[in-house]
Amino acid sequence: MKLNNIGKIVAGIVIFIVLATFFFWYGTGKSSSLPQPSLDTPAIAQMKEKRCVEDKAFMSINHMKLLHNWRDSAVREGNRNYTAKNGNVYKMSLSGTCLECHSNKEQFCDRCHTYVAAKPACFSCHSIPAEVKK
Amino acid sequence: MLMKNLGISIVAVVILIALPALASVQGYNFFLTVFPYAAFAVFLGGFIYRMVKWWIIPVPFRITTTCGQQKSLPWIKQSPLENPAGFWGVAGRMALEIFLFRSLFRNTSVEISGKRPVYGSAKWLWFFGLVFHWSLLIIVLRHLRFFIEPVAPWIAGLSALDGFFEIGIPALYLSDFAVLAGLSVLFLRRVIIPRVRYISLPVDYFALLLILGIVVTGLLMRHFFSTDLLAVKSIVLGWITLSPVVPAGIGIFFYIHLFLVFTLMVWFPFSKLMHLGGVFLSPTRILANNNRRERHINPWNAPVKVHTYAEYEDEFRDKMKAVGLPVDKE
Amino acid sequence: MSQAKIPKPDELINIEYRPPPTGWMDTQVNFRPGTWSYSGAAKNLTYLDLPNPRVWQPTDEDWKLPENWQEIILAGMKERLEKYRSFRLFMDICVRCGACADKCHFYIGSGDPKNMPVVRAELLRSVYRRYFTQSGKRLGWLVGARDLTVDVLKEWFYYFYQCTECRRCSVYCPYGIDQAEITMIGRELLNLVGCNINWVVEPVANCFRTGNHLGIQPGGIKDMLEFIADDIFDRTGVRIEVPINKKGADILFVTPSADYFADPGTYTCMGYMMLFHEIGLNYTFSTYASEGGNFGLFTSHEMIKRLNAKIYAEAKRLGVKWILGGECGHMWRVIHQYMDTMNGPAEYLSEPVSPITGTRFANARSTRMVHITEFTADLIRQGKLKLDPRRNDHIRLTFHDSCNPARAMGLFEEPRYIINNVCNHFYEMAEDTIREKTLCCGAGAGLGNDENMEMRMRGGMPRAMAVRDVVKKHAVNRLGCICAIDRATLTSLMDYWVPGIKVMGVHELLANALIMKGEKERTTDIRGESLIK
Repeated sequence: MKLNNIGKIVAGIVIFIVLATFFFWYGTGKSSSLPQPSLDTPAIAQMKEKRCVEDKAFMSINHMKLLHNWRDSAVREGNRNYTAKNGNVYKMSLSGTCLECHSNKEQFCDRCHTYVAAKPACFSCHSIPAEVKK
Repeated sequence: MLMKNLGISIVAVVILIALPALASVQGYNFFLTVFPYAAFAVFLGGFIYRMVKWWIIPVPFRITTTCGQQKSLPWIKQSPLENPAGFWGVAGRMALEIFLFRSLFRNTSVEISGKRPVYGSAKWLWFFGLVFHWSLLIIVLRHLRFFIEPVAPWIAGLSALDGFFEIGIPALYLSDFAVLAGLSVLFLRRVIIPRVRYISLPVDYFALLLILGIVVTGLLMRHFFSTDLLAVKSIVLGWITLSPVVPAGIGIFFYIHLFLVFTLMVWFPFSKLMHLGGVFLSPTRILANNNRRERHINPWNAPVKVHTYAEYEDEFRDKMKAVGLPVDKE
Repeated sequence: MSQAKIPKPDELINIEYRPPPTGWMDTQVNFRPGTWSYSGAAKNLTYLDLPNPRVWQPTDEDWKLPENWQEIILAGMKERLEKYRSFRLFMDICVRCGACADKCHFYIGSGDPKNMPVVRAELLRSVYRRYFTQSGKRLGWLVGARDLTVDVLKEWFYYFYQCTECRRCSVYCPYGIDQAEITMIGRELLNLVGCNINWVVEPVANCFRTGNHLGIQPGGIKDMLEFIADDIFDRTGVRIEVPINKKGADILFVTPSADYFADPGTYTCMGYMMLFHEIGLNYTFSTYASEGGNFGLFTSHEMIKRLNAKIYAEAKRLGVKWILGGECGHMWRVIHQYMDTMNGPAEYLSEPVSPITGTRFANARSTRMVHITEFTADLIRQGKLKLDPRRNDHIRLTFHDSCNPARAMGLFEEPRYIINNVCNHFYEMAEDTIREKTLCCGAGAGLGNDENMEMRMRGGMPRAMAVRDVVKKHAVNRLGCICAIDRATLTSLMDYWVPGIKVMGVHELLANALIMKGEKERTTDIRGESLIK
């Protein structure tokens, strides 16, 4: 029994493989090394205990929710004090608290956000701290 | 019948969820190192195997289903997309089928009312089917952000567009909402409509429940039990660079999500889900209706026993001559 | 007539679309009188060298199957899975979405859930899965697989002979799965163990021997055609020639034997003959290829080819230039989609060109056979016919698209163009019931026999009701069609559901309107009914 057009079969399979393995050949850098957000800012360098408002494990996963809550609390309820789990009280302020230490948006925020294509809306209202603007 | 068919599918999906939930640390290592390659290989190999197997079977006759006016006399207006006469018509017809589910769009309902059948429009199967398939495609494409470094702008753009309304943090994707809506309707119609319940096999429920499990665990991870995306991407890039990593502290939902996806990939080529590939080979849709214009070749066209004119005349010669019909042999 | 009593229309219309509580795998088939056809007679099977000729009926407990019948069926399935991509693909990719379910006229008319195309296909698929897929072998009913038993075979017989291969389901299927294809293969498999119906195999045997389904011998054909010529003389005063088996004719004309055998087909045949006479066409009928229809289509692919071979063979023998085909449904499925592939290429013929208008029928360039409505529409368009549509003013017409020209050709505008030129009162039926969505007469594919009458009336109900709607709305009194089976079966269907509606071919309508040279003043139509003055 004669096979159907071999050329078409091969072409079809090639197209399918190319599509199905898209991620193998698309994209230039194949590095699997994690992005390293930089903590190298003057403010952090001066801290005795290098600690964010909460611990690192919590912050890395939940910072967006924390900031979201801060916004609601500060803007809608007028409450600007945040009591951390360890009892410390912080002022709920992106520019005043977060960016005081993390004054290096490009080396800190953007590295991870770019890596996972997250697009936070923070800076569509807030201005980026002057000292990191080049 | 419903209880049995649906029940067994629910049990199957629950077991699939329980397996990773109960797995040990060694099990997780296995999930992240061996499973992905095995599942992908089975998916890719199985898909190609099925396609080639269909493809090499001859199409002995050109049996196009025609859904519009044929191309005949030049002054009669043809429907090139409903009754294509050549390659470009077929390409257009197939594009309509694949991207817009053209045939399903024709769907009607029927009921006996006032002692006669009444046909009504029934576009909702088409609508939710389309919503389900398109949102599934968008979701798959969005996931490429974990597979590609640096993330291509179009992938980031697609995510941004999908999360356009910025409801919640992180933003709710419209496609997630849509896929849930589509799945729910497709599932509920199988359970509620007696006719559809009657034709549903256990595997029909299983397919929907499995995908539902994947969607729900994905949503849980995004909106309720946040997962470390850096770790997730490092895992995925580890697969691609053939150096799998097993980071600590990734939530259980990630493992369930992943395990269900692998199950789907392995099951896909051997199930009805192969309609994805099969539709491209369907003889009633992919062939142009140019039968009388271009001869179609049947590769196994074998001679058959026929009744020749000579045999016919031998039997009826006298009768033909008697009524004055011409004969070949006197 | 059959032993079965058909319920009255008022009872029959009480149809419930509520499937039974037991699943389809657990419900046995019930051969209810009036819903099945008699078995094929042994003499016919023997004449055709078909396997297992014997005396039996579907209601018998023992079907006298060959000892190894399962082996035969499974080997037959295997062979066809390797020969037809359509078969294998349609076994594999159905997702049971149910879009086809309520598109089948037999389901609409009976409410029997196994008449949903998806379930009719599952009857075969369940066996396919059990013996030809790994999942079916291992997981059984979970994936919809089941053993091939005698009960399953009986179920196949009942439901594959309750499908008219009309392809309506295929129009609605998102993957184009065509139940006609599955039914055709299903019937082939049944034929392998000698299970077929007489209303198919007898015409096949007749056709193989005498050239036509009805078994009419050469002299009979000549008599009938000359009788029709006499009728034409009576009605019009014009004496026409009847060329038969004429060597050196330009065109071989092939039409279903029903067209010259019985009313109302004969009126359509008068139309052809008057038209050919009027335009001076050098054509011929053939007694050897005296059948356009092909009940091989309802038997097996091999049988299609065995019967169809005569048309090209006769065209070659008579030395004609090309072939013209009459009004018929399944005939045109075979001519359009199978003939050239099976019995071509017809290199001894030439590309069809109308000798009257010079129009080249490029769409029939390879097969070299033209549909009569294509031919006539061209004649009218080129102004070659003198027509008086007022002679059809006593007719208020609606038009039934026959399944095969609709869904296997797309022949929609050609007949309508003729109708609009010969008739002043033409009303379309509801949009969901015409063109590619047309509803079957309920008795195609060999099911138009008397013992199957209840099922015919059920299957034809959707069509009949669509006719009734235009009867009520537009006082329609005539149902036009381009199919010989329609002309026979729609007549019974109308008598049952919409009494008073007569059925006619498009060329009968043309015959009324056609002004012939030397004709007498017409006071009646060609049926002899008075014209409106």
